[in-house]
Amino acid sequence: MSRWKEKFGVQSVLQALAAPALALLAAFVLSSVVILATGKDPFHAFFVMIDFGSKSDSQVWIINKAIPYYLSAAAVAIGFRMNLFNIGVDGQYRVAAFFAAVVGGALALPGVLQIPVIIIVAMAVGALWAGIAGVLRTTRGVSEVITTIMLNSIAGSLIGYFLSEDKLAVKDGNLFHTPTIPESGRFFLIPTDPDPIYGTVVVAVVIGLAYWFVIGRTRFGFDLRAVGRSESAASASGVSVRRMVVTSMLLSGAVAGLVGIPTLLNKSFSYGTDFPTGVGFTGIAIALLGRNHPFGMALAALLWGFLERTGIQLEFEGYAQEIVGVMQGIIVLCVVIAYEIVRRVVLRRQQREVGAELSARAGAGTEQDGTEQKAGATA
Amino acid sequence: MSSESSGSSTAPPGAGPGPGGSGTAVELRGITKRFPGVVANRDIDITVHRGTVHALVGENGAGKSTLMKILYGMQRPDEGTISIDGEPVTLHSPADAIARGIGMVHQHFMLADNLTVLENTVLGAEKLHGIGARARKKIKELSDAYQLGVRPDALVEELGVADRQRVEILKALYRGARTLILDEPTAVLVPQEVDALFANLRELKAEGLTVLFISHKLGEVLSVADAITVIRRGTTVASVRPQETSPKQLAELMVGSELPTAETRESTVTDVPMLKVEGLRLSATDSDGVRRTVLDDISFTIHKGEVLGIAGVEGNGQAELVEAVMGMSDPDGGTVTLDGQDLTHAPTRLRRESGIGYIPEDRHRHGLLLEAPLWENRILGHVTEKPNTKGPLLGIPGAPQLLALGDARADAERIVAEYDVRTPGIEVTAASLSGGNQQKFIVGREMSHHPKLLIAAHPTRGVDVGAQAQIWDQIRAARREGLAVLLISADLDELIGLSDTLRVMYRGRLVADADPAHVTPEELGSAMTGAASGHLEHQDETTGGDK
Repeated sequence: MSRWKEKFGVQSVLQALAAPALALLAAFVLSSVVILATGKDPFHAFFVMIDFGSKSDSQVWIINKAIPYYLSAAAVAIGFRMNLFNIGVDGQYRVAAFFAAVVGGALALPGVLQIPVIIIVAMAVGALWAGIAGVLRTTRGVSEVITTIMLNSIAGSLIGYFLSEDKLAVKDGNLFHTPTIPESGRFFLIPTDPDPIYGTVVVAVVIGLAYWFVIGRTRFGFDLRAVGRSESAASASGVSVRRMVVTSMLLSGAVAGLVGIPTLLNKSFSYGTDFPTGVGFTGIAIALLGRNHPFGMALAALLWGFLERTGIQLEFEGYAQEIVGVMQGIIVLCVVIAYEIVRRVVLRRQQREVGAELSARAGAGTEQDGTEQKAGATA
Repeated sequence: MSSESSGSSTAPPGAGPGPGGSGTAVELRGITKRFPGVVANRDIDITVHRGTVHALVGENGAGKSTLMKILYGMQRPDEGTISIDGEPVTLHSPADAIARGIGMVHQHFMLADNLTVLENTVLGAEKLHGIGARARKKIKELSDAYQLGVRPDALVEELGVADRQRVEILKALYRGARTLILDEPTAVLVPQEVDALFANLRELKAEGLTVLFISHKLGEVLSVADAITVIRRGTTVASVRPQETSPKQLAELMVGSELPTAETRESTVTDVPMLKVEGLRLSATDSDGVRRTVLDDISFTIHKGEVLGIAGVEGNGQAELVEAVMGMSDPDGGTVTLDGQDLTHAPTRLRRESGIGYIPEDRHRHGLLLEAPLWENRILGHVTEKPNTKGPLLGIPGAPQLLALGDARADAERIVAEYDVRTPGIEVTAASLSGGNQQKFIVGREMSHHPKLLIAAHPTRGVDVGAQAQIWDQIRAARREGLAVLLISADLDELIGLSDTLRVMYRGRLVADADPAHVTPEELGSAMTGAASGHLEHQDETTGGDK
């Protein structure tokens, strides 16, 4: 027994370290190969990235960039833990941010009220938009993958319709945007040097803690993970799978609704035609990279920000501007593949050991036959 | 002519190599196949002679289907050799097996409903005889030669089950099969169709083809087979000739020990009803989209301290009955009452909280989260109960309910120790345990919540003998403590040995009841196939009022 314990202990530690190490190494090698193929020096590129990325203004930029990425990843991860693929975070946060901006621009309340109202509107709209997919799946059996993709494009059209001068927007030069949110509705900034960090980083931290707590420590989280691992077992254990699908889509959508908040309340103060898009898809990559883990996703979001920040500098140094996109893709692929490889290797080894153990025991099985008959006789 | 060949072909297993390569169609030596946590086949030795019908019998889960998948190239054995026509072969895929003249008729037919018989037959084998006149001619030839009577232009969706089965046989023959594997071919047929199928098989045999016939219906096996190999718990335990054996002997070989004789044992049955099921009806949509009644007017009562065993051929409504009692499906009519509490339409969680423990038929699908560690599986199904929960956050009513992770872990350790679950620890995934140890863990988990009713569906299926004895002891202990137990099993030995009352289920109805102290497996068997009904042997007074 103790021999087994030891073995499994070493194994699990190796497994925990093997996957990220393998992924990083592979990503590093592959990225170097790609840079070499473009006729440039990869080591200089890495030097530039580290040098530029560690400057203090870069650090602030990266953190501010990572906030919406992290929220988006958390929204996606809630779905992933449930075995649901919410591709619609993109549409959810855009619709949510738009209506939150409209409400925020129309109201002039004290900050303690104005900010919560804006956030609640954003979460409610995001939840509603995602909930459509959840309801369609439970009532009509439509895959959430299809519906959320379609809802993304409906979201775009919906915003496009309302974002005009005679509807809900004002014209500012060539751009349309919603009325600007008054000072009282804006989120605080953390006064760092040279640029401030967005106060909405607090929102991301709160969501991360809540995600960790609800998924890992509560009955609801257990039910959610159980459905994600085996719908049939969860249902036999007493979880209402249909209700859980709708609930988790609503939750995922509510968190998705927060994705636009850092931009809205710390930067743009209105929803305009230049409001960032595509963050929902970035969230999928970050959730994959962070293995749906609250801390892992934080690292992944920061890594993403780092790559985007340093990519700008690489361009100045004469590297192809697409190189960062290529590196991001390589990293995600490497992480996904590395975890799968390690999982399979470990599984196969465990199977072999258990199998060998069993056949060894079956060989000496005569005495067990004896116990069986004895048990039969005691009836 | 065929009787002569069968006479020489049923040599005892020891004389296997004796007849030489010429008479041997298939020879399996030392086949071992392991799956995570179970050994499906161990040291299988079978010699099948050409031109015979060779039956492979064994209980459900004994490893027959795995063995046939190995022979058909769908699985690779971990150890052992396969010889076809005396020549050692390695089969990588069904295509290899087909190339070696092996054909398989699966239990669930693999036909495209919207194509004709001709189209189904040539599908994937277009290279052999084309798709036109040549193919049609070949099909005609085969159909006439073996008296299969198929119509090449009939749409498969218009055919009945027996006709579809003949199409499957034709498909295999069309691909040049000289050895046919039939997996439980009679399970879906009515008796007249079974006779017709057997006539076909004799025809095939007369033409020199070999048939490997998998079944657990002993009467059929004895009537059609030239040789019988018995598989028990993954290994071949005997090869016998049908002339020299009886259904009783075969049954004993299958279950592994002498069938229990009528034992006098202390009855713990009380007259306090625990579970009352009355007039339960359920209909479900089957795979063809037809609405069928799967539970028809089911009524029974289980008292405190009573084990009610339900016998039946699989697929006669036992699984649906369990689902209706567990609340996984909502009945169309009738009532389910547990200890005076009406649970007919209650959700599963409430039923579990009210005291139903559940050992599911398919532990991988319904009893465990395979990829989760053992201690999380301790929580599964009892997330609202102590020791897994510690109430709402900060004691505020309505706040999120917290898990008591430490207590759950400690209790998982206790279950592992008390129920002798052989595992390196509670952090390993449930999937890495063997079937028997998974099952012991489930039994331990369910018993830890002191249920009033325990539903045990095939509790010892696919578990090793040591675990089986322990699980039986647990069920007996539960009964002594006054639990009501609903036992569903395909293992007649288990049913007779554990039950206080036996009911037989056939086509969604409880058609017969029996006193386990006096009934024999054969009598039960005949009721299971619908041949007998009513009271078998002595009537048991405790359930007499239900019919």
